[in-house]
Amino acid sequence: MKPSGYAVGDTDLLDATFAALADPTRRAIVARLALGEATVTELAEPFAMSQPAISKHLKVLEKAGLVSRGRDAQKRPCRLEAKRLGQATDWLENYRKLWEAQFERLDDLLEEMKAGEKARTKRKRTPPKR
Amino acid sequence: MAKSGALTVAASGDREIVMTRSFNAPRRLVWEAYTKPELLKRWLLGPDGWYFIQCDVDLRIGGKYRYVWKNDEKNQTLGLGGEYREINAPAKLVCTEAFDDFPGEAVSTLELAEHNGVTTLINTVVSPSREARDGMLSTGMEKGVGRSYDRLDDVLTSMASQPAGVA
Repeated sequence: MKPSGYAVGDTDLLDATFAALADPTRRAIVARLALGEATVTELAEPFAMSQPAISKHLKVLEKAGLVSRGRDAQKRPCRLEAKRLGQATDWLENYRKLWEAQFERLDDLLEEMKAGEKARTKRKRTPPKR
Repeated sequence: MAKSGALTVAASGDREIVMTRSFNAPRRLVWEAYTKPELLKRWLLGPDGWYFIQCDVDLRIGGKYRYVWKNDEKNQTLGLGGEYREINAPAKLVCTEAFDDFPGEAVSTLELAEHNGVTTLINTVVSPSREARDGMLSTGMEKGVGRSYDRLDDVLTSMASQPAGVA
């Protein structure tokens, strides 16, 4: 089966999304934008970074589909594209959830194995089949 | 029975996924559950609706394993296979892993440590590229499986849909 949830093209974008989020400054920008849109000037303030430096980070976030810019030529406010972020975090969370379900089954199996082992020590251990 | 430790999953760096989990059982049992087909079939099932149709294990260095799961509803199969690189029962198992329909071979290192009858598992999967790693995170993930994980999405969406105030 095709690794689901993603078509060609999507892969590149998700790739870019994860890469974009690997940087602490960009994560901080994303966190700030989660509170509402902001201009580059506003974004630069808490970071002690120049506006060009912030703009560079924003370009990466934009390319990753995480941030979009308003059309207002003067301010071009930045806005978080939450859906994109949700897709990226969902992946990891889905993966965790899948494994948690499997490990819960493994917990049950291990309990069964422990109980079986206890019972078996009373008898002579039979060699496994095959 | 005693509750086992919570699972943590982290995407580390560009290419790694690291999972940790503890189990209320000695590691030799966890080892068995990871290396015997009849036991693997009991727990390594993937998302709801999938089941094993093939589970072959040739547990020796250079030996291969092959897992194939099927989902009747979707009429799809998913194959995963690889080769054992390092076998140090019941502490460490290194193998390659590749999905049939996804390019790239990852290397999985399973480490089992035991303390007072509790096993701590660390599974590190290193993919050949970031793309492959992210593909692995998405493989087998059906939209429906994420059912309850739209919550964060919703919160973020509502945050982002605050009045824009621009043309």
